[in-house]
Amino acid sequence: MFLKNYIGDIFSSIKSLLTGMKLTGYYFTHLKEIVTEEYPDNRGTLKMAERFRGEVIMPHNENNEHRCTGCQACELACPNASIKIVTKQETQPDGKKKKRIDTFVYRLDMCTFCNLCVNACPSEAIVMGQKFEHSVYDKKQLKKILNFPNSKLMEGVEE
Amino acid sequence: MNTPTPYSFASLATGIHAWLRQAISNDTLLQVTEMVITGVCLLVFLVLLCFFLGYMERKVAAFMEIRLGPNRVGPKGSLQIVADTLKLLFKEGLTPNGADKFLFNLAPGIMVVTSMMAVAPIAFAKNFQIWDINIGVLYVSAISSMAVIGILMAGWSSNNKYSLIGAMRSGAQIVSYELSIGLSLITIVILSGSLQLSEIVESQANGWWIFKGHIPVIIAFVIFIIASTAEINRAPFDLTEAEQELTGGFHTEYAGMKFAMFLLSEYINLFIVSAIAATIFLGGWMPFHIGSLPAFNHVMDYIPSFMWFFGKTFFIVFIIMWFRWTFPRLRIDQLLNLEWKYLLPISMVNILIVTAMAIFGWHF
Ligand code: SF4
Ligand code: SF4
Repeated sequence: MFLKNYIGDIFSSIKSLLTGMKLTGYYFTHLKEIVTEEYPDNRGTLKMAERFRGEVIMPHNENNEHRCTGCQACELACPNASIKIVTKQETQPDGKKKKRIDTFVYRLDMCTFCNLCVNACPSEAIVMGQKFEHSVYDKKQLKKILNFPNSKLMEGVEE
Repeated sequence: MNTPTPYSFASLATGIHAWLRQAISNDTLLQVTEMVITGVCLLVFLVLLCFFLGYMERKVAAFMEIRLGPNRVGPKGSLQIVADTLKLLFKEGLTPNGADKFLFNLAPGIMVVTSMMAVAPIAFAKNFQIWDINIGVLYVSAISSMAVIGILMAGWSSNNKYSLIGAMRSGAQIVSYELSIGLSLITIVILSGSLQLSEIVESQANGWWIFKGHIPVIIAFVIFIIASTAEINRAPFDLTEAEQELTGGFHTEYAGMKFAMFLLSEYINLFIVSAIAATIFLGGWMPFHIGSLPAFNHVMDYIPSFMWFFGKTFFIVFIIMWFRWTFPRLRIDQLLNLEWKYLLPISMVNILIVTAMAIFGWHF
């Protein structure tokens, strides 16, 4: 009985070792499996993952319109106060005054890319962008204004 | 069969010897000159070999881990090791304050010297051997176990608990695995009836021992590979260094060139155990011969003998690297279990079988 267990042990361990060697041997002979990204050599062909979080951006359409209503939900959601929304009263064509954003200040240097602001936004005005090469020589350049100059609120967002 | 062919290493060596004999008349002087030349050639060869092995190791490791490995210095990163060596050369060779200075500086030297001494009886090609001593197998196993002195010395003199634990582990490890190595070498000594490496190679002219001796020799071969991996302290038996627990083990305190010497001796040891395994089990420089097929044997003879030797050696080096980058490290109790409960009993039974095989002529 003892001898049977002993020899059984030897064969089962050899089998498990060979299983491991088979996998590494497979990788050794199949070099196309290599996952290394040769950044920055492959800058031109670099493919980022779909859910990669590089920075917060505010998409604008071709008429320079964005979807931000200035509700400040993102500002409240941000755990480290990286977002500051400055609002203003704007007279609409029909004479009514309405709240609109003046500047959407986003501080990239403080952002932790937690995605909470994007989740909080009720009108899908901000998304996570894929750009990740943010190094600059002056810290001030990391304080960004996300709404473009003279941009407008898109029609139909505010209903 | 033993006449040197015009383009072999053997004829080169004979030519140089004849030329030196003309130039130097004094016999002692001639011998000393030849020793110096051999020593220098060997040093250069071993250092180049270590560059290559270091590069090979990093590339093999990278490919097995789905990485690219070194690829910046030189074509495909081939000069990476040269760059690393240069870096180590320029580093400060620090000696810690509480260390035993003499032993601390002596230890790397002992490591390198013991590893280099073990290269002496290895037959690199047909009739091309530095020292064809008649107890070659014994000599190699005796010398290679001396490396533990260097390791213990390094561990003790560093005045560092990690170094000491690493060195002690290495002592336990080398002393135990030495037995299995010896026993698996003895199987072939029994079969070939000689301790001389050149004769062991000659005895494989009609087939390598691993084929002639079938199952028992294959078992001995596997045990030899496992035990020698442990003997040279490579993963999965690298408890001596165990980066995660011992921050480098016995060479924790070493830097610069002294550290490089440990690396050098590690790679020389890797080469030696592979060369010994290739010589003893796979026929050394002997081409692949099948007993009753003279035509086939003749074709195989056209491949130069040093190619056979290095081909086999690097095959085994590759297998040992494969182990390293596949298996997780053993715990110290598991390590001793493996030796005393498995390898040693198996090799003892194996020796019995091989002896019976040799007496009754059950091998081919
Ligand atoms: S990603 Fe997180 S940290 Fe960055 S701005 Fe949005 S909420 Fe703030
Ligand atoms: S980005 Fe979204 S959440 Fe933030 S103020 Fe604009 S609409 Fe509100």
